[in-house]
Order: sequence, then structure tokens, then C-alpha cells
Amino acid sequence: MSLDLATTRRIAKLARIGLEEHELEATRQKLNGILGWIDQLAEVDVEGVPPMVGTETETLRQREDKVTDGNCRDALLACAPETSGPFYTVPKVVE
Amino acid sequence: MLTGLTLTQAREGLAARKFSARELAKAQLDAIARLNPLLNAYITVLPEETVLAAADAADARYAAGTAGLMDGLPIGVKDLFCTKGVRTTAASKMLENFVPPYESTVTANLLKAGAVFLGKTNLDEFAMGSANITSAFGPVASPWKRKDDPSATLVPGGSSGGSSAAVAAGLGLAATGTDTGGSIRQPAAYCGIVGLKPTYGRCSRWGTIAFASSLDQAGPMTRSVADAGLMLEAMAGFDEKDSTCSNRPVPAFSKAVGKSVKGLRVGIPTEYRSPNLPAEVVAMWEQGIAWLKEAGCEIVDVSLPHTKYGLTTYYIIAPAECSSNLARYDGIRFGIRKDAPTLDGVYEATRAAGFGAEVRNRILIGTYVLSAGYYDAYYLKAQKVRTLIKRDFEQAFENVDVLLTPTAPSAAFAQGENMDDPVQMYLNDIFTVPASMAGVPALSVPVGLNGHGLPLGLQVIGKHFDEETVLSIGGALEAAAGFTHLPSVHAGAGAGA
Repeated sequence: MSLDLATTRRIAKLARIGLEEHELEATRQKLNGILGWIDQLAEVDVEGVPPMVGTETETLRQREDKVTDGNCRDALLACAPETSGPFYTVPKVVE
Repeated sequence: MLTGLTLTQAREGLAARKFSARELAKAQLDAIARLNPLLNAYITVLPEETVLAAADAADARYAAGTAGLMDGLPIGVKDLFCTKGVRTTAASKMLENFVPPYESTVTANLLKAGAVFLGKTNLDEFAMGSANITSAFGPVASPWKRKDDPSATLVPGGSSGGSSAAVAAGLGLAATGTDTGGSIRQPAAYCGIVGLKPTYGRCSRWGTIAFASSLDQAGPMTRSVADAGLMLEAMAGFDEKDSTCSNRPVPAFSKAVGKSVKGLRVGIPTEYRSPNLPAEVVAMWEQGIAWLKEAGCEIVDVSLPHTKYGLTTYYIIAPAECSSNLARYDGIRFGIRKDAPTLDGVYEATRAAGFGAEVRNRILIGTYVLSAGYYDAYYLKAQKVRTLIKRDFEQAFENVDVLLTPTAPSAAFAQGENMDDPVQMYLNDIFTVPASMAGVPALSVPVGLNGHGLPLGLQVIGKHFDEETVLSIGGALEAAAGFTHLPSVHAGAGAGA
């Protein structure tokens, strides 16, 4: 299936990658090449085949419901590009 | 020559006090200072005093008789493993300033075993690539040259290309790698070293920067098969911080090497005999089959009917997982940030500036195949085909102990070749991706040189959690091949000691 410019723009928006208008066409062509190749999967008969989720070698474990980590607020905040006191900062979202 | 040793030789030398861990580490650092400017194999080299302090501590443990499995062994760490207090970039501009406040489980295990870290090795950005050309810190050059065209700069393979180049050139006795679709095995084959992707779940993924979580697996890149066993033993083990990590006991993997392979059944997958496969790759494969026959193995033709769909399935599942994993890079909590008037604007500007072209394209493909209206046709379909691929392996392993294939469809190519068409680049992983999809262990062993003087590798694929048989067969191939070739750029070349 062939990707048009509007769909390319929509995917970039969904992925929050700010493509410039002039980058859209080149991106569309690159993605189309890959998707065209991927389309060969259509010929595989998967009737009745369950999807494989993960590699299914281990069953999921349960653990005791207790805190095992924490008290490292400052270490984590130190990774942030901008902070204000004990907070991450973002542009104003509510007027 | 302290830069040319295997881990096993170095460990013996240290234990016998023939040289100190400090001398061993210093020799590697000197080689890095001399050759890294040519190869760009390391993004970050640790300060000399840090490395030597770790080596001194190892020397003290040898003196006290308390040395661990990897004690005093100087190695490189792929810059995808978080290392506490040491910048960890994933070769991306996005993380150019990221200094993790914690240590990944795999590197913590290696440190516990006494390993001495030299630095962080280069890779394709977020481990996405097969040639180590997408790094934001510049491409890695292979230490190997074509004998008939020595001016061409060859790629070391990818994504663990910095690790493979470093180990091949003598800039560290071994290195960690990660493999999502071939990122340990293909660069190992291109650089003439050994690379082992363990069973999915054998090594903890905790603290390793995620690409595609159902495929990512850490493993050793070394100069011998026994070394791969030794290092895996140190890296592997149960970790409650990774819910997919196995709690099976970790065997003494290095002891599997040298075991007789007599009577083992080796499957040759018919579907890997592509008519496009270069004659020299086919010849090397035939040679491997003959060696194993001589060692007493039984050779059996097997069929993996869905091989053809391995790569296409991979290029839906891996980008899908990548698009969700990489959603965390939003410019708020870590990494770089580009300011904009709105919150969405910050995300968009940060991600456009922080991600390179290949990473962006994979995120976009992943977003597309997961988006409403396309999920069933692409993602769900790919997960079903993945079941078929895994069944192929399970059925083959009812009848054989391991599979033998080439690691890659060619030897290393030059920078600039295969670069325009992403699909052409993806085809490098055609033989490595299926084992990743099934989650089974696979090893690449260097077995010979092609007509241009470049290494070729063979791949041994095993059953889930049966790395030991894989290592035994790998050891038999290694012994028969006697591969001792060194690349043109090597720490030992032209030096006296």
C-alpha cells in the first residue's frame, strides 16, 4: 500500500517528530520503499496461527507488592535538561 | 604482546603473575590512544587513573587469592549499556550528555566478576544499523583492508561495530555487544572475531538502552569460542529487574568448548542456499560442513520454510517496538531538549534534532504499523508469522542438535556501498534475523578469508538455552579452521612487544 504525503505528515505528528515541509517528500519515498518490501508478508497464510508475544520462553513471575527502589529523586532529576526545584519543567499547558 | 591475548590466556598470565592487571590495562590504553583516532571504535575512553585503579584492585584480589571469573581483564563496553557516572550515548545526539545514575545488570555482573572497563564502544545510533555508519559520533572504520584495494575504508558491521573493531584491532581483549537482529554476529563475522547472541532471557536487559525489547539480547564479542563462554558466564544470570530474564542456572559455559561433538546432528537449512549467495561464501559453508563431518557430526538437511519472511517480519516488529521504546525521549526527563512555545512543540523539535535519519525512519515505520487501521494488517500479521518462524526452528530441532549457516551473505563492504537503499542494507541480516525472531542462541565463528583477504564467519544456531552445544560445535569449527589472521590495523603490527 502506498503512502501519501498527508499520511506521512500524520505519522510524523503521531510520532512527535517535527519534520520540515521539505523533508516530507524524501521521507515518504524512503518509507514507501520499505513498506513496499514489507508487503510480501500478505502472501503468508496465517489462518488459525496465534500471534507470538515476546519469545515466550519464560512465564511472567509475580513478586511481593512492596517498594524495591526509590529515594533517588535528585539523581534522576539531575538527568533532566531543565528543572525547577524538585520538578521537571515544561512549557505552560494550561492558561 | 599484551594486546593480542585471549581472555583465557590473559587470565592464566594474571593468575601466574606473569604480568599485572595494571600492565595489561596500560597496554590496552596505549593501543587505544594510538589507534582509536584511525578507527573511532570508542566513543568514550575512561580516564587512565580510573582504569588503572580498577586494575590495581584486581591485582590485589589476585594477590589475596580471591580473583573472580573476569578479574583484571580489560574490555570495552558497547555504549548502549548504562554505566553509573560514565556518559552513555547510544551513539545518539539525543543522549550526548546523558550520565546514568545507575549501572546496567550486565555491566554490574562483569564488574562483580572483576572485569576492568576501558571505555564505551561506538555503535549504530540506538543499535539501528548493520554497518556502524549511523552513529552521531561518526562511523567506525574496520581495521581490515581489502588486499587488492587497501585505500577503501570498510565497515566493521553493525550495530556493535565499535566493539568488533576494537576486539579485532587489539583495543581491548573483548567487548560486550547487543544483538537485536544480528548486531553481535554480523560485526563479529566482518571483523574476524567470535560473537555470541545467547538465548533471549539469558542476560538481563535491565539498564541496556532498549531498541526492540522482545529481541534485544546482550552477549560477548571475543577472540576465541572459549572466551565467549567465559564472558557469557560472567554476564548472564537471573535478574528480578527484567521480567523476561530467565532464572535457569548458568552453566560453566567455557567448559563446553573442547567437548567431543561426535554423534551430534547438524542441520543445514535448505532455504539458506540462496542462488544469489556468493560462491566463496558457499565454499566456506561447505568447508564448515566437511570439518564437522570429520569431527564425527552427522549432517542432516532441514527445512525452515518461513526463512524468506524473517527479515520482513523483523522490519515490522522491531520498528514497532522501537517506536514505543523511543517515545521516552521527549526532552523533559533526560537527554537533549529543544525549546518551543508549546509542549508538543518541545517534543517535536527535540525529537527532530536528537534522532538521526535511520532512527527517525524506523520510528515512523513503527508508528505506521501500529496505527489504527494498519495494526492488524501489519503488526498482528507479523506476530503471527513470527510464530511460524519459531515453529520452523522447533520442528528442525526435533531432529537436529544445531544448525550451521553462513553468518552473513558477504564479507564486509566499503563505507558508501549499500547506503542508498535501506532494503539493500537490511539484507545483510538475512541469516541472523531468524534466530533472533525465534529467541534461540547463535554464535558466529571466523573460519577463513575471502578472495579480497577479508574474514568470513559461520553461524551455529542452537536450541533455547542450549548455548553449551553451540559452543562445543563452535569450538570444533574453530579448531579445524585455525583462524589466526590479523587485520592490517592492529596494536601488534610493527610494535616490538
